[in-house]
Amino acid sequence: MTVKSIEVRGVSKAYGGVIANREISLEVEEGSITGLIGPNGSGKTTLFNSIVGYHPIDEGEILFEGQPIQKLKVQKIARLGLLRTFQQTRIYSKMNCVDNMLISIPHRTAGWRDMLTPYSADDLDRAKNLLEFVGLYEKRNLISGELSFGQQKLLEFAMALMNRPKVLLLDEPTAGINPTLINGLIDRLLLANSEFGITLFVIEHNMRVIMNLAEKVYCLAHGELLAAGPPNEIQNDQRVIDAYLGAH
Amino acid sequence: MRRDKTPPWVLVALLLAGIAAPFLFPAYILQIAILWIMVMFAVTWDIMGGQMGYNSLGNITFFGVGMYITGLVQVGLFTDIGPYTSARGGEQLVLNHADYFYGLLLGLAAASVGCAILAVLIGQTMFGLRGAYFAIGTLGIALSARELFGTWEWVGGGSGIALPVYPGYPDEKSQIFYWLCFVLAILAFMFVRWLYSTRFGLAINAIRDDEDKAEAMGIHTNRHKSFAWSVSAFFLGISGGLFGNMTGFVEPAEVAFPVVTFGIFMVAMSLLGGKGTLWGPVIGAVLFHVVKETTWTYFLGWQWIALGVIIIVNVVFFQQGIMGWLIMKFPERFGIAVDRSGSRDGGAQ
Amino acid sequence: MLVNFSLLIQAPLLNVQLMLDGLFIGAIFALAAYGLALVWGVMNVKNLAQGEFVIMGGYIAWYMGTLGIHPILALPVAAVLMFGFGWVLYVTIIRRVIARDLFTSLLATFGIALVIQQALNLAFGPAVQSAHSGFEIRSFFDGMVTVADIKFVSFGLCVLLAGAVVLFMKRSRMGQAIRATAQDARAAKVMGIDTERVYAFTYSLNCAICGAAGVLVSMIWVIQPFYGVPHSIRAFVIVTAAGLGNLPGVILAGLGLGLAEQYSGFVLGAQFQQATVVGLLVIVLIWRQYLLIKHRQVVR
Repeated sequence: MTVKSIEVRGVSKAYGGVIANREISLEVEEGSITGLIGPNGSGKTTLFNSIVGYHPIDEGEILFEGQPIQKLKVQKIARLGLLRTFQQTRIYSKMNCVDNMLISIPHRTAGWRDMLTPYSADDLDRAKNLLEFVGLYEKRNLISGELSFGQQKLLEFAMALMNRPKVLLLDEPTAGINPTLINGLIDRLLLANSEFGITLFVIEHNMRVIMNLAEKVYCLAHGELLAAGPPNEIQNDQRVIDAYLGAH
Repeated sequence: MRRDKTPPWVLVALLLAGIAAPFLFPAYILQIAILWIMVMFAVTWDIMGGQMGYNSLGNITFFGVGMYITGLVQVGLFTDIGPYTSARGGEQLVLNHADYFYGLLLGLAAASVGCAILAVLIGQTMFGLRGAYFAIGTLGIALSARELFGTWEWVGGGSGIALPVYPGYPDEKSQIFYWLCFVLAILAFMFVRWLYSTRFGLAINAIRDDEDKAEAMGIHTNRHKSFAWSVSAFFLGISGGLFGNMTGFVEPAEVAFPVVTFGIFMVAMSLLGGKGTLWGPVIGAVLFHVVKETTWTYFLGWQWIALGVIIIVNVVFFQQGIMGWLIMKFPERFGIAVDRSGSRDGGAQ
Repeated sequence: MLVNFSLLIQAPLLNVQLMLDGLFIGAIFALAAYGLALVWGVMNVKNLAQGEFVIMGGYIAWYMGTLGIHPILALPVAAVLMFGFGWVLYVTIIRRVIARDLFTSLLATFGIALVIQQALNLAFGPAVQSAHSGFEIRSFFDGMVTVADIKFVSFGLCVLLAGAVVLFMKRSRMGQAIRATAQDARAAKVMGIDTERVYAFTYSLNCAICGAAGVLVSMIWVIQPFYGVPHSIRAFVIVTAAGLGNLPGVILAGLGLGLAEQYSGFVLGAQFQQATVVGLLVIVLIWRQYLLIKHRQVVR
């Protein structure tokens, strides 16, 4: 039996009169890499935001490891081990890369006293290793805001790994990254999944990437769940093709 | 990590200067005492304003509240506050040495703890405000506090409270309060210096750079904000108590809640020296206070206009401040550089 | 306190007096607040010198009064002078802070406020002044309610001015450019709008509006070099309560604030009038925050 990491049950979310998500239900299995695709404006990022507690949902239920989290706030959910990266990459742009990494250590059990302790040598070591992992070791002392967009994206990914999440929600990890670097990134995502045991839930537009990564793909259109299945099945699904080709 | 790398001799020199100052310039002992208060103002303002990005225009609230708490404890220990204040400062409490210091120390302790708690409480309603709203909100708090104490008859209303008379010679009083201010500023600085070397320091920087991201990474933002502000309030409360006793008289508008003088000075000094750095506020405070004290009288009534112009010029043309300018000019000195010493072994863990 | 309150119930006509006074002064608050909403919405500059501009307008009217010119005639003069003053401020200072973080504009305008206060103090002294219109005071209900004619005139002028500004924003090319810039400055720039000029014009227009409001204040109330701060706070209270780009909201909040001040001044005592304004500022901010927390958003 497979264990469900995230379960979304009948979630709806509307902004004013616009319905961004309508009764969406999906599951992400523990240890898997699951993809989420759909044309622009189909409600993918809204769903991500709902899962990580960015805004309250109108209807439905979201479970993380069997525990309902739709009422919890962002920080609480993050401390459970459910983390997200942003489509518009967000890093602490006035700090150097090492500090960006250090600040991202897990806060799951952090008490008042932890706030006033220095970082351990172990933390520093891990930070440097992970920077090496994404290829930013040489630039570790530069102010992160001055890195290129692609490098910032890699840094954000490394910061997420630093946090030792159980599940990582990635919002378009390859957008804006030089095509020649995409293969390297795919490898690192797969490694993160296989070596660090992190469940990945990925929004992606690049079909090639999602084919190489995901074991299961969900497709959204107009805020509703259109199709679900293994990537090659989804790729050939007529409804999905229609949705992408603008038959709406 | 950002452990402060200042050579120890700088700190020692600073300490020695502080110790020598009252002997070298005995006539200016009061001004130098206030200089230390200014240093403390700037350093504690920068915890929130510079390091955390929460620009408060209302930190002076804690200065004033601390002053009132100290004063009320000092008076309340030995007489009834209501009748005493209603005499409108006509009589001053005269105490012996032991009673005076007992009251003073108890008052300062109450002020520091009271202000720290107050900061946490006010923070719960103010920390949801970001950017300029926080600045305006805290300004509103400071002005409200001023109005509140100004209309509260039990604490003397607009005419204030006279604090107990110092039981000794005026010279002795100046000495005592000089040392208290000096120790307070050094303690505040060393405490903040240590704070910035812990995880707390990086976490509040993270809140400054991108609070949404910090939340998304699970940082206890509210806890950090509350602690940061209560540290400021703790020291500000004590400084208020000291300043009130140096003046000998607590009154809401000019002494306890000088929103547009001290309240703005602390911001201006941090900006001048370079906000978000450890030494910037110290440098800014010293420069600002020394220049102000030595040139003030030559402005012939134009000094306040000059102050406004300084703030504008500072903010518009020199916002990075002295330290910020140095970091921009010599980034390598501050460790901002590509490290080409080769990559590490190991790679992925 | 309770005595005053029961007085209000026993003599209902006192309410009429308070309400009229509240509305007359509230209309002027709304006018100045509209100016703030304009610069805030269009350029994202939170202008802490708003009240000082009002007081400057007031001093123009007062000064012209000492020269024997009727303060109503000072209205266009103040508007034009303040427009020019605004332009100078924009070119020298505001232009450089627009793109910076919000605290920069806040502090820079605070510096401007400080300079204006002190300059007025040096020029005219700290005495409380008011411009004399020479109009009569009218009594109603056997003298229970007295209203100076000038208050009606001021109210009419206030409505007229607001109408003119709204019409200008709707109809004129500059008005349309301002609204376009407010929605999306980059798009406006791409479409060929000279946003720099729009910003300069908006800031100057705000100064002119404040100047005109100040003339009205000096006619029906009092001015003093340091009375600008409460006016600034009032403008912030009104805009924060109403939200940006909400003209009916600004008018309602302005009138409401006028009423609140009159009533608290009467019931609690005159010394509480100031406290009411700053208290309301804090309350409005907390209330707005409470509304947003439900959507897990923050006030920014």
